[in-house]
Amino acid sequence: MFLIEDLKNSPMMAMRDGYGEGVVEAGKRNGMVVVLVADLTESTRTDLFKTEFPERFFEMGISEQNMMGVAAGMAYSGKVPFVNSYACFNPGRNWEQMRLSVCLSGNNVKVIGGHAGFGNGTDGGNQQMFEDIALTRVLPHLTVVVPADYEQAKKMALAMADFFGPVYMRMTKPKRPTVTTVGTPLTIGRAQVLRSGKDVSVFACGVMVYEALVAAEEVASEIDVEVINVHTIKPLDKETIIASARKTKKVVTAEEHSIIGGLGGAIAELLAEEYPVRVKRVGMRDKFGETGEPDELLVKYGMTKEAIIGKIKELV
Amino acid sequence: MLPVSMDDLAEKANLLRAEVVKMLVNAGTGHSAGPLGSADFWTMLYFGGLINYKVDDPWWEERDRVVLSAGHYCPILYAVLAEAGFFPKSLLATLRQLGSKLQGHPVARSLPGIETSSGPLGQGISQAVGMALAAKMDSKKWRVVCFMGDGEQDEGQVWEAYLCAAKYHLSNLTIVVDRNNIQIDGHTEEVMPLDSLSEKLAAFNLNVIEVDGHNLEEIAAALTRAKVIFEKPTAIILRTIPGKDVDFMENEPAWHGKAPGVGEAVEALSELRKIRTLGGRISND
Repeated sequence: MFLIEDLKNSPMMAMRDGYGEGVVEAGKRNGMVVVLVADLTESTRTDLFKTEFPERFFEMGISEQNMMGVAAGMAYSGKVPFVNSYACFNPGRNWEQMRLSVCLSGNNVKVIGGHAGFGNGTDGGNQQMFEDIALTRVLPHLTVVVPADYEQAKKMALAMADFFGPVYMRMTKPKRPTVTTVGTPLTIGRAQVLRSGKDVSVFACGVMVYEALVAAEEVASEIDVEVINVHTIKPLDKETIIASARKTKKVVTAEEHSIIGGLGGAIAELLAEEYPVRVKRVGMRDKFGETGEPDELLVKYGMTKEAIIGKIKELV
Repeated sequence: MLPVSMDDLAEKANLLRAEVVKMLVNAGTGHSAGPLGSADFWTMLYFGGLINYKVDDPWWEERDRVVLSAGHYCPILYAVLAEAGFFPKSLLATLRQLGSKLQGHPVARSLPGIETSSGPLGQGISQAVGMALAAKMDSKKWRVVCFMGDGEQDEGQVWEAYLCAAKYHLSNLTIVVDRNNIQIDGHTEEVMPLDSLSEKLAAFNLNVIEVDGHNLEEIAAALTRAKVIFEKPTAIILRTIPGKDVDFMENEPAWHGKAPGVGEAVEALSELRKIRTLGGRISND
């Protein structure tokens, strides 16, 4: 009920569409919500908000550093700013502004990094962001979230607007199979066990949640895989993660991000301290991307269900 | 009509300079030149009736926002806020000490009157723009004054912020640039030439006013003028002498980022006292 039943035929939808619709809804519910964008209105799907609330929409031009600071300034007056661009610029270009003007100052700003991972496929390695979770995860006061699909991105927009404090949310660009449904609950900070299993735990985020679920289905006859959607990278849901690791004693992480500093890094750090078990990480292996279609790139750089199955089999 | 005479204000600025010297020698580190050079401006801003604030209700919604973008000037801001009564003067001696609310660079709302966090340059102006935008959205009458250094103008973010301030016609924003011509590595025109600053700011569609940053009447006139320019933000270029009134510090880039030692502080305080008592009134000529 909380999961698409026929995963192999699940509808293809884009997270950014869900976000764009969600932020409009957040704007309807809360008059303090404002949207800032750095010359990527249509790409970030904030055009929907612009149409609905032109007086609360701010086109900041190609100035991500200023955009972050302006958002902080507005937050001081109680506004709830959503700051939008591609992840490579936001927080790639304006990380220091996020650090001081937003996080150190405790400002209620929502930073949205679009087109993360291979989202920008054919644009090339320059704009493919595999470092943003690592960059944001180290910032005190900041919450870091990665929705798994269209529905979750939509709910996350509303959840962020209701949540007091700075949040970074990353999304990918292309349409991807959905895994959650309209009825799937979402609470920031609470990981979701989407499939129970006893042999191996797969902790995934973003588009890799779907890959993990399909991987688990495909090996189900021989290996009982547990799949957990860790949509909140920080603060980590330690309880759920440790409980699963305690049960299976074998862990695979999967993300469309560098294996350094991202979800895999976070889980490995947690388990090393609290419940040491073997951990295998699926993700970008300390490399930059290149031009290509996102699907081709995911295969070439090893972020697929096959890669997850490979790691699962290494452990059992 | 101002509530106090210009002579009183000049004397207050002199006393605040002495306070800055004491804070810095006590802390052992910190920036001397800018805080001393801008003491006249800060005195005029807070005690010349030019901004609205309530010391007993520091976060009063209708207050004018004073954003210190150049965070290293904080000794003079702390001294002025304490003098105004936002917090006890006894706290000034704790500057830069472990556990002190007087952080080495300001942290937002760590003390009454401290609006933003600063230190990394160029960030205050964007936040000031955001505040001014929010005020306009909500039809608020309060204004924003953002204080910056001239070396700070090297930061690209600053010019992004000016573009944005002009775009949104933020006439409720007054930008103040302390043009003292020094930064850590030397004179600004050698480190990264800035002139003509006034032409650059005007080209960014700001209303530019240049003043003698040690002439209280000129400072007051410029801040007042800014309130009646309704088309665009105003940028006031304060021409100041870094280290003002401490002879061995004046115009010396070496004193940009340094605190006086005990002997130097004694000498500085003695110079400031001499100026204060010169024939019963202050003369900066």
